[in-house]
Amino acid sequence: MKVIIFLILFTGYIAYSIVVYTRGTDSTIIYENKEKEQINKGKLLFQQYNCTSCHQLYGLGGYLGPELTTAISDVQRGELYVRAFLKNGGNRMPNFHFTNEEVDALVSFLKSVDTTAITYKRH
Amino acid sequence: MSNFRKYSFLHSDNRAAKIFLLLALSYLLTGLLFGILGGLQYIFPAFLKDSLSFQKTRPLHVYLVITWIFTAAQAGIYYYLPKIAKRSIYWQNGIWLHFALQAINSLIIIAGFFSGSFGGREYLEFPPVLGGLILLSWVPFVINFFATLKPNFKTAPVYIWMWSTGILFFFITVSESYLWLFDFFRNNIVRDITVQWKALGSMVGSWNMLVYGTGIYLMEQLSGNEKASRSRLSFFFYFLGLTNLMFNWGHHTYIVPAAPWVKTVAYVISMTELLLYGYIILQWKKTVSDARKNYHILTYRLLSIADIWIFLNLTLAIAISIPALNLYTHGTHITVAHAMGTTIGINTMLLMASVTYILKKESAFAFKLNRKWLSRGIYITNVSLLIFWSSLLASGIVKIFGKINNETFFYIMQKSQPFFKLFAYSGICVFIGLGILIAITFKIALRKKQFDAIISQQHVTAGPAQIINLKE
Repeated sequence: MKVIIFLILFTGYIAYSIVVYTRGTDSTIIYENKEKEQINKGKLLFQQYNCTSCHQLYGLGGYLGPELTTAISDVQRGELYVRAFLKNGGNRMPNFHFTNEEVDALVSFLKSVDTTAITYKRH
Repeated sequence: MSNFRKYSFLHSDNRAAKIFLLLALSYLLTGLLFGILGGLQYIFPAFLKDSLSFQKTRPLHVYLVITWIFTAAQAGIYYYLPKIAKRSIYWQNGIWLHFALQAINSLIIIAGFFSGSFGGREYLEFPPVLGGLILLSWVPFVINFFATLKPNFKTAPVYIWMWSTGILFFFITVSESYLWLFDFFRNNIVRDITVQWKALGSMVGSWNMLVYGTGIYLMEQLSGNEKASRSRLSFFFYFLGLTNLMFNWGHHTYIVPAAPWVKTVAYVISMTELLLYGYIILQWKKTVSDARKNYHILTYRLLSIADIWIFLNLTLAIAISIPALNLYTHGTHITVAHAMGTTIGINTMLLMASVTYILKKESAFAFKLNRKWLSRGIYITNVSLLIFWSSLLASGIVKIFGKINNETFFYIMQKSQPFFKLFAYSGICVFIGLGILIAITFKIALRKKQFDAIISQQHVTAGPAQIINLKE
């Protein structure tokens, strides 16, 4: 009986995972190839510099720095504010000496995250 | 084989457990050290900003503390396996292969963090290839676990189910957390974040299974009651835990714009934890009475303390699983309080219960000599942890009000400073408390073999009076 209960739950878990991977997280946002490349470059830079250590995206990450999900559309921050921090660092943030191309890529990535943040903006 | 060799660190099975135990405690000690540095960076923004910034101290702390949890669980399992299966570990060289792979991988990961080489994903902040190496290092452990135990799941006690589940889901969830390497996941941020929360939520559940299984095994050994770990009630709570491991992760994603039914499923599953909550309250009187009766047994005391932390953290978990509250608590230090309460209050206390149980079995005399300091260590850790946990909750509440009032991040951080100071300083006290436990474990475990032998032989020839005297 215990083995059967386990197998039922496990099968449910696999099926649920597949549904979450597909229907549960479908996106209607379509980017052009060049744009997609730029976002991808920004995302990899975000990971390469371990930005998640201090910043959150949708709650994932550290708390020493501000949450960045809506950093671009936030009236108190915005794109120029984000660019300034990326170029110079801050009180707690080291200066990573990003090039202009890298700053552009990171901003593109953050813009793409911001575009999806419907639930955040609603609240 | 003499009784002494069978139950001492001189026996090869126990020597493997000892080496993993010491490795695990080294992870904990260094992990706590980087945690302190990270805590100080909250109150002194310029502290090590350019040489060892929070970008490095946090992954070092997170990696080492997580690795402490599963390595200490593995050390316990290596120690308990031969006693449960009544045979030696199946593949002795496999233990050393496991040790070598894990130690080398850890050194690469730590060196990588120092030099700024990151994979940049939450929890798994090292480059992806090293995540693969972690799984590879587990392979000899898995072979040894199943080949030594040869479990019959129809009759196996619940802790064997829990350990097996923990191992299975560790492989599944670590693999799942690297799905982002495929374009299908990487190019859709909502999918990427949802799957990341899903994998990490279940991964925590997987090592909880390893740790809680150890706790139940210890309880069985202390009470001498083998029926409890085979009872219907035990299996009911195991399956409840398994359901939560598989589906509860979704309460982290209320704010992620995935399909609404993902959140509904998560909420419904989260609320099944109320059954466990209700059971704890129903059993409260009995638990308190048992804890008082067995307070003098250090292992039992640690298990009882873990019970208190389970109650506190379950209260918090259920509260933050309610969408109306989650909306505010999400992204605040209340989530960190939950993580710290779970990893230190529950997991570390249960694992320390396992450590003290093994130490007492191996070196009863030395254990008795150091009992006072072990008690002090436990006391300091838990009082400091309560202050630490409360200060995180308080800084979370400050942030909630800051967000409601539309205050800037900088202003909220300024207002939270008193609580940050409290958590940084109480964190140092947690380090001191656990440091005492770690130092004593090293002291006992690294004693000269001859001394162990003499003491152990004295036990064998001792009369009842001396044996009673050696009991706690």
